[in-house]
Amino acid sequence: MREFEGSALKINNLLYLFQQLLNILQIGSIYAMIALGYTMVYGVLLLINFAHGDLFMIGAFITFLSATYLNFGFIPSLILSMTATALLGVTIERTAYKPLRNAPKVSVIITALGVGVFLENLTLAISPYPKHVPQLIENTIYNIKGLTLSLVQIIIITFSVVLMIGLDFLVRKTKLGMAIRAISWDMQAVPLMGIPLNKIISITFAIGAGLGGAAGVFYAAAYPVIDPYMGIMVGWKAFIAAVVGGIGNIRGAMLGGYALGAIEVAVMVFLPTTYRDLISFLLLFILLIFRPYGIFGKPRNVKI
Amino acid sequence: MSELFNNFDKIIKKRLIISIIIFAAGMTLSLCIHQYNILDQYIQLVMMYVGINIILTLSLNLINGYMGEFSVGHAGFMAVGAYVSSMLSVRFFNNDIGQIVFPIVVLIGGICAGFVGLIVAVPSFRIRGDYLAIVTLSFNMIVKSGLENVDSVGGARGFLGMSRLTTLPWVMLWTFIAVWIIRNFVNSSYGRGVLSIREDETASSLMTVNTQKIKVRAFMLSSFFAGIAGALYAHLIQFISPRSFDLIKSTEMLIMVYLGGIGSIGGSILGASVYTILLELLRPLGIWRMVLMPLLLVILMIYRPNGIMGLREFSFFKPAIDRFLRNK
Repeated sequence: MREFEGSALKINNLLYLFQQLLNILQIGSIYAMIALGYTMVYGVLLLINFAHGDLFMIGAFITFLSATYLNFGFIPSLILSMTATALLGVTIERTAYKPLRNAPKVSVIITALGVGVFLENLTLAISPYPKHVPQLIENTIYNIKGLTLSLVQIIIITFSVVLMIGLDFLVRKTKLGMAIRAISWDMQAVPLMGIPLNKIISITFAIGAGLGGAAGVFYAAAYPVIDPYMGIMVGWKAFIAAVVGGIGNIRGAMLGGYALGAIEVAVMVFLPTTYRDLISFLLLFILLIFRPYGIFGKPRNVKI
Repeated sequence: MSELFNNFDKIIKKRLIISIIIFAAGMTLSLCIHQYNILDQYIQLVMMYVGINIILTLSLNLINGYMGEFSVGHAGFMAVGAYVSSMLSVRFFNNDIGQIVFPIVVLIGGICAGFVGLIVAVPSFRIRGDYLAIVTLSFNMIVKSGLENVDSVGGARGFLGMSRLTTLPWVMLWTFIAVWIIRNFVNSSYGRGVLSIREDETASSLMTVNTQKIKVRAFMLSSFFAGIAGALYAHLIQFISPRSFDLIKSTEMLIMVYLGGIGSIGGSILGASVYTILLELLRPLGIWRMVLMPLLLVILMIYRPNGIMGLREFSFFKPAIDRFLRNK
């Protein structure tokens, strides 16, 4: 009898582990999608796009609008959100960052911070209260041998994996991807090879922002209460994920996103929830001291 | 030759007299305003905000403007100063003595913040640029979420119980001290080292500048003043919570520095004053002022990337020798 109890406990533990693994995949996917936007923009412009977290927030708000007023389902909302945030990303790049291409780097970073604060406060001025997003995905729960699996989780994980594989293919196998990699290799030489620099940079912004917007939709589907400041914390954390993977490195950003998700879920399992941010940032701090360029990042050579 | 030196002496004497006059006038004026309530309480409050923001801007400008590093977590140092001084005030001096020991309490807050500055100074030996920005950022988040988890300082609920000890003369005095010390620091030989790190760290270390030592001192001085500003702020608002020292506060400080212009004391004073006063003047706009401010910042950055002063300086804050050489 006792033996039986023991094995039941073991099965329970294993189930618990898988359950947490699902949580890691869910939150990690969202972080990874946002981290990709940071890392792509950094790859081409060497700029930390501090407004990126707010593009994620805008994506969630567009989902709210389309679901509430247009009665859109999940996929139409996703398409609308991704298009709108991609357009917004390009607009920001064209109006705010492009005039500063040759300015001191710090001015560009401050501009990015300013754009972020602007987006937050504009949204806050328009909708002062947190909004509740209507249910986008049917709340179906599957039970496979004790493992509970919700439709939301499945959809978030599949869609983001598909999008990320698509991006990886785009960057590694297509001509456009080659141009993006070329810019991050040497920005000065690229226009000499007949590659339209500004166009490629805009496309990179569009892709990054679109992925951020998609993450916003996923977030709104999983955690339906949204507010204008939600982009700050999630954005910074995704940024950490990008840094952990080595900023500028696309596969690193994906891995960083899942690693951060794993750390957060682990902290929430073993410690009170309030320690979540403390531990994540503490680990980042320690990691940066010992590996200043992230896990996969390489230091850029600086000529004197 | 001796005429030239006389000329130099004259400039130095003139400077000294002007400084003493400005200091004395500022102190008397602020004492009078405080004692006889000449100005409206609200205007006095705004003046105190301006003073605290000048101290903060100067301290951040030392790192971001003069040393060329990129710190985005200065609100963390401010938090240390604010919490240490408030703890002292409430736990130990919660009586008549509080008023007398207030300057010491503020000083201790600043010194503690200065030592915490070491935590960021040491990683900066190896890490530069964007990655150091991330280190300071995570430092800020660690301080904030750390404070949220310590129940004895109120956790996320915040901490209160300080009496309103910050008055206009105190803010004025600390502002004068901050301007004086930071001006002399950046014009000293250490300051030259700080500037050389901004221009090129490798080259400056080849020229026998001890970059590690200079980084430690600059970070400690900067975080000391951030702590002082935090202590003054805590005793003015009489309520602090981890949320008052988050990244939004750090962003605000960055905006003031880059609005005024990096590497310029005059710029810091102007930037902090313009930002604080503009924000108060726009108050009738309600939430829309918070939309307008970042927009103004973006436009300013596009058309004037170096801020109002942009590496220039009022000749009063330059060393006398510069003036002397120019007049010669």
